[in-house]
Amino acid sequence: MDDIALRAEGVSKVFGQSRVLDDVSFELRRGEVLCLAGENGCGKSTLIKILNGVYTPEAGATFSFGNATAVSRITPHDARALGIHVIWQDLALFPHLSVAENIVFDDYVASPWRPLSRRAARRAAREVIERLGVPLDPDTRVEDLSIARRQLVAICRVLRAGARIVFMDEPTASLTRNEVQTLLEITRSLSAQGISIVFVSHRLSEVLAVCQRVTVLRNGALVGTYSTEGMTQTRLSQLMTGHELALTPREPNGAVEPVLELRNLSRTGEFENVSLTLHRGEILGLTGLLGAGRTELAHVLFGMTRPTGGELLKNGKPLTLRSNRDAIRHGIAYVSEDRLNLGLVQNQSIIMNTAVTVLDELEKPRGFLSPRRLRELTTEWIQRLGTKVNDAELAVSSLSGGNQQRIVLAKWLATKPDVLILDCPTVGVDVGAKAGIFDIIRTLADQGMSIILISDEASEIWMNSDRVVVLKAGRISRELTPTTTTEASLEEIINA
Amino acid sequence: MPRLHLGTEGVLAAIIVVLCIVLGLTTDTFLTTQNLFDLLNNQSVNMIFAVGLVVVLIAGGIDISFAVAASVVQYVVMTLLIDHMGGGNWLIGILLSMAVGSLLGLVNAFLIHRFRIVSIIVTIGTFNLYFGLLMVFTGGVSIYDIPDWLYYSVPLIDLPAARGSATLYLPVAVMAAMSLATGFILTRTGFGRAIYGFGSSPEAARRSGVRVGLIHAFAYGWLGLCAGVAGLMQAHIVQEVVPNALIGQELPILAAVVLGGATLGGGRGSVTGALLGVLLLAVVQNGLNLLGVTPYAFRMIVGFIILVAITCSNLDKLLPRRAIPKEARP
Repeated sequence: MDDIALRAEGVSKVFGQSRVLDDVSFELRRGEVLCLAGENGCGKSTLIKILNGVYTPEAGATFSFGNATAVSRITPHDARALGIHVIWQDLALFPHLSVAENIVFDDYVASPWRPLSRRAARRAAREVIERLGVPLDPDTRVEDLSIARRQLVAICRVLRAGARIVFMDEPTASLTRNEVQTLLEITRSLSAQGISIVFVSHRLSEVLAVCQRVTVLRNGALVGTYSTEGMTQTRLSQLMTGHELALTPREPNGAVEPVLELRNLSRTGEFENVSLTLHRGEILGLTGLLGAGRTELAHVLFGMTRPTGGELLKNGKPLTLRSNRDAIRHGIAYVSEDRLNLGLVQNQSIIMNTAVTVLDELEKPRGFLSPRRLRELTTEWIQRLGTKVNDAELAVSSLSGGNQQRIVLAKWLATKPDVLILDCPTVGVDVGAKAGIFDIIRTLADQGMSIILISDEASEIWMNSDRVVVLKAGRISRELTPTTTTEASLEEIINA
Repeated sequence: MPRLHLGTEGVLAAIIVVLCIVLGLTTDTFLTTQNLFDLLNNQSVNMIFAVGLVVVLIAGGIDISFAVAASVVQYVVMTLLIDHMGGGNWLIGILLSMAVGSLLGLVNAFLIHRFRIVSIIVTIGTFNLYFGLLMVFTGGVSIYDIPDWLYYSVPLIDLPAARGSATLYLPVAVMAAMSLATGFILTRTGFGRAIYGFGSSPEAARRSGVRVGLIHAFAYGWLGLCAGVAGLMQAHIVQEVVPNALIGQELPILAAVVLGGATLGGGRGSVTGALLGVLLLAVVQNGLNLLGVTPYAFRMIVGFIILVAITCSNLDKLLPRRAIPKEARP
């Protein structure tokens, strides 16, 4: 039997009235990669925080570590001594400091008054970087690095601090395909060095690719721990949500009426000669690796940048967009990738966030805003999108991620677009909420809206598009229909 | 493309050198030992303030109460020394100024840390509070009768010069000592790097176990300490204590420190930068005086320099190619 790095039994946690974790047990073997899976709010983060010493569990829990004696809670001090580290999604790095300084930062905290030398810091950092075999320059400032490289810095940092058990919270959420592959390889090499890794991710295909076992939580209770051998995405999402999810491609609706036509559209340095037609009521999947020109194309279609060549036709008439206001006026809406930061004003009310795109519309005819009309509009969209809202006057930050997503959609749908461009609408959203968002998207298409769905997740493109266009280095490399292609071959085409 | 990497300090130093050459060619008084020594003598007080302030800015805060705090220190220390200690001496004077100054700084730190109030609001509050108290208790009356040790200037270096002699006085040495001490703490101790870390990302620092209260206490306390010393030096230079002598100095010094590469966002800045920032503005002012330009134009030109400098340092972000992280580009 493998030896056990960490075993927890009978872990419960109560916050006020609600029992967030209920008698959960958790076991981690030395050198294994384990996935902790479950929907948002299932208790994953609470469990991690208990194992990391941030929260104290309710009485009755026991924790044991290999051969050491069992304890009833892990203090932050224990966690450090045992080498338990968490790399949170935001990485908790220092953007203005160099890579080397970020890696040795914990030394600074541990012995603040010991005189230090830059050279020693650089040497220590270089040692870890080499051990991990990653391309990092110790002298670069972290703010100049891409997210993927910053993640490597965070990993170097916990290695340097002597990590034995590393929790990685959503490490792949903002990475491209290739970067994810690199990260997965690093994860494997760490596990080969005897470091145990707990991987928290919403991307089930990655979970299955890198983890040996998966522990599933649902509503604060343990569903079970399973080997990933023979596990399928369908089965896993079923375990996480507790109900069956459709994993079949959408039936094409046979749309013929062109709404938006692109003829040899180009923008120097970004994309070239893109010709495609978007029909009424169609979901067009637009995919390709990051940097293939997907988002750049969307920016042109939304009037945020100008094309340098080619034509754009809307309902058969030439369309020139000078700004995104122009695009909105012509019925084009764009939901950007970084919705939660760029798409919402977090500390403003749900009502104001929903209505902000149509404020001037709502001011007509008298020239001032009526609170009643604002409320009506918001209520209508909250209901149509099935958003869970207690009080629309509350700040939008009071909502869960999935519901915030719906408010972003509502805000753009309020402009009554006939073309909706969605840029990676499910980044950082859990399985259940993803399904909800795709239900909405499918319904909108059925009602006649034309949708461009941008994503690099082959499975969601495959399941939800009528047609798929694959971009590669700024050009259309393939056009295909999901009903006549398998998900795996789509994935291959994207990565080819 | 190989790029000469100077950093903010390098660019500032280069500009100062160019300015000095230009002023040396256009006036016959600028590049004299006498003028340069006077420049340092006159700027040492501002420089001591600046090295204190840069610590607060690096920690991601701001303080506008320090100049007024320095006036309070002058009064408190003078009153204590004259009325209760029979005049004192340099050592007692400096230690007392440091103690009172850091106490006033710690009040800011306490309010900011304990009540989670934004530093600018706290220091606007203490700025008014300190100045109000000072005016109420002194009735606006100056102290002319300062102790002898403080009254007589202390020459350090005396060089023969064209007219009389060029002399470097004690405040310059004090400024150098304060700069070295601050620089050492900021760059050569883990605590100093933790201040940068905290300014760069407070949440990350908190999670790394950085003692946030200690960072606040040090940053504002150290600025208070520097302000105390600066206050004593200012009283020494002008040979009197005037209650409103320093009020109004806070913004030009803040501007100089920002010019030296510190930002209001925290995590950036250096002692060298702060000193060069003060020096640049001083050279400009000195040059304009020597060129016979009206002093009224000075503020205008300072404003212009700051706007140009900040725009240039943001140029990186404005240019489209830099939108992509450096190493992500092919």
